[in-house]
Amino acid sequence: MKEPKQRLLEAIADMREDEALELAKSLLDGGEDPLHVLEVCRTAMETVGKRFQEGEYFLPELILAGEMLERIGAMAKPLIQAKGGAAAVKKHGRVLIGTVHGDLHDIGKNIVTFMLDINGYEVKDIGIDVPVERFIDEIRQFQPSVVGLSGFLTLAFDSMKETIDAIAKAGMRDKMKIMIGGGQVDETVRSYTGADAFGNNAMAAVTLCRGWIGG
Amino acid sequence: MGANEQNLVSEKLRRVLDAVALKRPDRVPVAFHTMLWYARYGGTTMREVMYNYELAAELGKRAILEFDPDLFCAPHQFTTLGRVLEAARFKQLQWPGHGVGENQPYQYLDREYMKAEEYDEYLFDPTGFWLSKYMPRVLGCAEGLESLHALPGYFYMRLVMGMRTFANPKVVEALRAMREAGEEANRLVVLQNEFVRDMEGRGYVLAQGAVSIAPFDLVGDYMRGARGILTDLYRRPDKVLAACDKAIPFILKAAIGTARAMGSRFVFIPIHWAPDGFMSLDKFKTFWWPGFRKVLLGLIEADLVPVPLWEADCTSRLETIADIPPGKAIYWFERTDLARAKSVLSGVACLRGNVSPSLLNTGTPEQVDAACRDLIENIGRDGGFILDGAFGIPDEAPVENVRAMFKAARKYGG
Repeated sequence: MKEPKQRLLEAIADMREDEALELAKSLLDGGEDPLHVLEVCRTAMETVGKRFQEGEYFLPELILAGEMLERIGAMAKPLIQAKGGAAAVKKHGRVLIGTVHGDLHDIGKNIVTFMLDINGYEVKDIGIDVPVERFIDEIRQFQPSVVGLSGFLTLAFDSMKETIDAIAKAGMRDKMKIMIGGGQVDETVRSYTGADAFGNNAMAAVTLCRGWIGG
Repeated sequence: MGANEQNLVSEKLRRVLDAVALKRPDRVPVAFHTMLWYARYGGTTMREVMYNYELAAELGKRAILEFDPDLFCAPHQFTTLGRVLEAARFKQLQWPGHGVGENQPYQYLDREYMKAEEYDEYLFDPTGFWLSKYMPRVLGCAEGLESLHALPGYFYMRLVMGMRTFANPKVVEALRAMREAGEEANRLVVLQNEFVRDMEGRGYVLAQGAVSIAPFDLVGDYMRGARGILTDLYRRPDKVLAACDKAIPFILKAAIGTARAMGSRFVFIPIHWAPDGFMSLDKFKTFWWPGFRKVLLGLIEADLVPVPLWEADCTSRLETIADIPPGKAIYWFERTDLARAKSVLSGVACLRGNVSPSLLNTGTPEQVDAACRDLIENIGRDGGFILDGAFGIPDEAPVENVRAMFKAARKYGG
């Protein structure tokens, strides 16, 4: 019989949700350090991310893994707070991401946020239909190394261009790399908007960030 | 209709039907399909073309006469929906003046419209569920239907007394508001039919007599929402399959009835959940394809021509979706490489597409011309091909680029 933490890891990675939640609960109830349980979850997420990258897993698995992590996190959180909080985890770098103005789509952006997060980046997701001025304010405050602009509709081509132009006008363009993605985005759109790169899936975003800021 | 126009009817329809039958037509047919591009074409706002029936019809007619496509869609089908949406108080969409700006396209709101625990209710009685749960959730005008009694429990004198349900003020108000929405929809349909008959009289072929849906997309997009359907694949896979199966006869009945009433054989089916990146091929073959294949076969059986628009990139699905009778459907691809699609689907389905929106929106007429030439020469060479944008004409495309696409069909298509 494998030890419970290994079983938890495999249950999450293999999408056995009920078993994963039961194992996490019994570990926490049995006095296991909640930070160790979350560390197991993080390792499991790496496996999920790897399987996604290798084309074995797709959206259903990413969403379900995210929900398992959320539920186990909710169980562990009060216990961590009781113990005086968690030590800060060192992250590779900051990424600010949002869907450009006029566009309300968020599935692709959420998946990119998830994949960047589990790959060790500090990601701030500022939502959908984000006006240009809000991007500028958020960038000033958060000081990201990478900005990700998401958009599904064709109107997003112009919204992305306006956002990037405004970043340049605010004198911040050379402080960051800008990646765009979603729906119809391709090299023609990248060149039109003035972004540094584009990606067609969440792994492309991770690869771009690795190339730019390590990790 | 004059003799010349009669000839045009047969000429354009013959051209399209030859392409569907995988023959080589006299030239590659070209389709005109758009949603809100009329605003750009007419120098007005998206809200205006969504609400102003006369203006949208005038712009639609002007565009069709200018570009002279083989297949056309009426602006009443995807554009002038504002008044009906407003009368129905439709909750699944935001449109200009209702959640988005005057010059922004309408957008769907991905939400959970059927809860996970309601699968059984839908499976037991789809009509009852639709009337008293689903419609009140998505149509503001139908909210009072929540108070409807479950009528099959009433009988004999109880059924007579059960008519009280239709005197319930909430139900009375819902029926009044629904009638108003229905009358607005009727006004739109009358104008649509006038427009369609006018264009058909001039030789153009209506690109879609009905709009339909894949069963998985119905359950996924319009009932469970993205997060719901994706997790259901693990949490309640049997329910997903049962709901898809349950929906098929309703989907077919609606599509066949509408297409026949329109006198058109083409059924447009935007496809949402098929793309490569969404689920594994294994899950696609289990959950998505079998239900949709039944819809395709049902439409073909009714002598209709299904026109699924395979959104995004569906390259890994090509071998699977090739399993339909040959020469009976148009497969319109958005981002799937048509050369690859042709290598798999040659002898199976007529291909349609796919000038990229990035090119149509941001390129030059010369670039559009070159891309069309490339498609016509490489994909259309042996027939079985219809030129179109990847998703028709994008809302923001400059007119000169659109013009270039239709000119190219004539220059290189023969």
